[in-house]
Amino acid sequence: MRKHSNSEAPGWMSASRQSAAEKILQVTMAIYEDIVKRNRKPYMRFPVRSLANVKYDPKRGHFEILGKMATRTLSYNTVKTFAQCVRLLATTKNDLLDKGDIASKREVYYNSKSWGECRFDEQPESDTLLDDIEAMLGVNREQLGYIPDERGGEVCGPLIVIDRDPATGQEIRIDCTKLGTGAWSIPSQVEHLRFQTKAKFVLVVETTSLFGRLVHHRYYETADCILISMSGVPTRACRRFVRRLSDDQRLPVLAFTDGDPYGYCNIYRTLKVGSGQAAHINRYFCVPQARYLGVTPWDIKDYQLEDATHPLEEVDIKRAKDALKNDPFVRHHKEWQDALNLMLSLGVRVEQQAFAKHGLNFVLETYLPEKLKKRQFLP
Amino acid sequence: MSRKIISKETAETLAQKQREISVSEFFLKNRHLLGFDNPRKALLTTVKEAVDNALDACEEAGILPEISVQIEQIAERRFQVAVTDNGPGIVRAQIPKIFAKLLYGSKFHRLRMSRGQQGIGISAAGMYGQLTTGSATRILSRPASGRKAHLMEVHIDTRKNAPVILKDEEIDWRPEFPALDTEGRAPKGPIYYNHGTCVTIEMEASYQRGRLSVDEYLKQCAIVNPHLQLHYRLRLLKNDRNAGPGVTTAREAGAQSAEDDGWQHVAFRRGTKDLPPPPREIKPHPHGVELGLLMQMLKDTRSRTLRGMLAEDFSRVTAATALQICERAGLSPKANPVRIAHQECEALYKAIQETKLMRPPTDCLSPIGEEAIIAGLKKEVGADFYTAVTRPPTVYRGNPFQIEVGLAYARPGESAELGAEEPARVMRFANRVPLLHMAGACAVTEAVTGVNWKNYGLVQPKGGLPLGPLVILVHMASVWVPFTSESKEAIAHYPEIIREMTVALQECGRRLSLYLNRRRREAEARRKRDYIQLYIPHLALGLREILRLGERDEKVIIAKLIKMLEKTHLDV
Repeated sequence: MRKHSNSEAPGWMSASRQSAAEKILQVTMAIYEDIVKRNRKPYMRFPVRSLANVKYDPKRGHFEILGKMATRTLSYNTVKTFAQCVRLLATTKNDLLDKGDIASKREVYYNSKSWGECRFDEQPESDTLLDDIEAMLGVNREQLGYIPDERGGEVCGPLIVIDRDPATGQEIRIDCTKLGTGAWSIPSQVEHLRFQTKAKFVLVVETTSLFGRLVHHRYYETADCILISMSGVPTRACRRFVRRLSDDQRLPVLAFTDGDPYGYCNIYRTLKVGSGQAAHINRYFCVPQARYLGVTPWDIKDYQLEDATHPLEEVDIKRAKDALKNDPFVRHHKEWQDALNLMLSLGVRVEQQAFAKHGLNFVLETYLPEKLKKRQFLP
Repeated sequence: MSRKIISKETAETLAQKQREISVSEFFLKNRHLLGFDNPRKALLTTVKEAVDNALDACEEAGILPEISVQIEQIAERRFQVAVTDNGPGIVRAQIPKIFAKLLYGSKFHRLRMSRGQQGIGISAAGMYGQLTTGSATRILSRPASGRKAHLMEVHIDTRKNAPVILKDEEIDWRPEFPALDTEGRAPKGPIYYNHGTCVTIEMEASYQRGRLSVDEYLKQCAIVNPHLQLHYRLRLLKNDRNAGPGVTTAREAGAQSAEDDGWQHVAFRRGTKDLPPPPREIKPHPHGVELGLLMQMLKDTRSRTLRGMLAEDFSRVTAATALQICERAGLSPKANPVRIAHQECEALYKAIQETKLMRPPTDCLSPIGEEAIIAGLKKEVGADFYTAVTRPPTVYRGNPFQIEVGLAYARPGESAELGAEEPARVMRFANRVPLLHMAGACAVTEAVTGVNWKNYGLVQPKGGLPLGPLVILVHMASVWVPFTSESKEAIAHYPEIIREMTVALQECGRRLSLYLNRRRREAEARRKRDYIQLYIPHLALGLREILRLGERDEKVIIAKLIKMLEKTHLDV
């Protein structure tokens, strides 16, 4: 078991497993000493995980965490969370780190069911606490032995991924053009992968349906690109995969999402600079070289999509205004402010599929080629 | 329109038919007015009248009352009721009049607080028995002075409202009461007194348990008369046995119950040996006298001057205040009261209303007292919280009265008797007499439902009684309790009376809400403590697993953390 997971764990992670265990010891020792030696209520300190505690570093191209810290002191109100947190730390250290095992977030949630009244009632509770622990220890959850539940995204195109057989360690070469009607799924851990490609760029798309259309019509051959589907906000593994692929093969990355505040501020922003929630690890999980292809608010007019739009809903408006006010990335880029302001003044959003108005394949026959030719991408 | 005349009556023929109606005849036809409208109520009213008289007699004579109520079912709808007391006894000559003449008594003609008022009750019960079974009222009475007891059997001549003596003997008899066991020691033989009275009436009646039963009446009696020792014996015909009083009252704190030979015996033990102070007779207070009554008093007075009349015939009017009233009315203090009555009565009446006077004397009233109410409630109602308020005396229509309110609140779910979701049980009393019937028509009900109990933490449907495991006791003590009818079941709605009740109820409510808040805080603290103690061991276990601590360390951590958190989060 130990051998197996060690062999799977990528270099920069396995080295830090030891240090993660030591950090857990440090934190718990401080709690113990507060109680027994200093006779005071123990507390935990961790960085505030929100957009308010990040800054956009244009040079490095991602969100950097600022110094704001939150303190959770043991009290009547926090006693349950505090106890759950300590028990989660104990499980992490004894069952995962010391034994070299791995667990998914969902498994940890179910594992807590043996804790009696201390159990987590819903998975979001354990997920949040896991994020807290991650931030408190200054490591990412993969270092602690946690693997994500969600799939990382799908890949198709002229790319050979060099993976290893997890049992034998034997090299496996995956040709992402020879997957039939399917696509290759990005695994939860991508650090050990190597690449061979002659593609000219990476095209990351939001929706699976559009991805399916592009694959079906072998658009990756037409445009000579690698297609990646994110299905919503890209997972850490997906971001890390795109980043490694792009760095390794020096490929530009273009993003193609729905034209709405969620597509801009959540999906694209997270892909490019990381998330506000997990800013302490953004430097690994971001793709600063990504550029935004569409759908932009200007496309609505340029492609006569006015009658294929939907009015902005209240959450969209709130999201856009909130980004204009608080998102350090948006505040840094005039172009994005213009885009959001235009969208607010138009009062509509537009989906990737809207181009079907002009014919099902208009998007790959006209829209994408034109956009690629013009090379006017948003930062 | 012309009337169709069937027979022609003249003043003379009419006169032949016109004759005096005796009170007895009147009440015979209108027995519902006295509380004999149905067999069940008749039984209760009879017990009630006999017990009221016994208590009044004992208290007036300064005797600690001991009373025995014995009810025996002798046929399906026929009962024999015997009430024995250790009172001063009745002299032979008075017995027939007291028990077989309506409107005969010592209490009607005076302003003095007592249970009975008009002198109707017990003779009406006897009359009812005579009417329904043909049997006589049997009285055994032994005055303390006599060596023997009188045995009399009387009927009432309803035409003449006069007694008919059927039997008149002297016999050896002493009132006898069963002894109660004291602190576990077995009871000795029965207790005898050298004085007392026993009245036995046979009547058509029916026995039923419940809120309107003899059982409930006697229980409430025991609550407001903690100085009373009460024995209750009941024997029903075999098929009715399961409905005995033992079933309802045996559970309660003060009552003891036993059964032998079909007799069920419940004893309400005495809670205090202090007799209530004897009430005093008073003259009317000027502020309560209405214009018509004032005129009558002016005409009837023996004083020759207005000033003299005011000072003599009223309470709380001194010679100086009398002068003041005369001046204010613009009347001569030396004026003839009879002349004033005819001509300037209204001015006098107005002047009296405008003059500030002392409250009527209060020693004419004998309130139960806050301590005794609480003691009585504790004795007979199992609850967690008790409080009582005795208001200062005040006046309605010239009659001093005093309102007392007691309240008992049980922990929800802990009382078999008081449901947590049910309306509060209201116990109404007038001069220490429980009022069971006609709750809806009573001023007490209006006062209780008029208070906003939500302010005090209780649930209250709109315009209804508050809900919860509580008993509300309201007592009105007065020289003259204004009943809505002769059966003395509901107190009339005088605004002064309702206002006093409201104030007393509100004070009890405030105290209840303090108690409820304290209990709520305690429950909250308990909940918090449980919550803290639920999770601290998990925290310690986690630390132990990570730091590989020993069991002792773990225990130290648990103890210290619980102490720390309880110190800051539980304000107890």
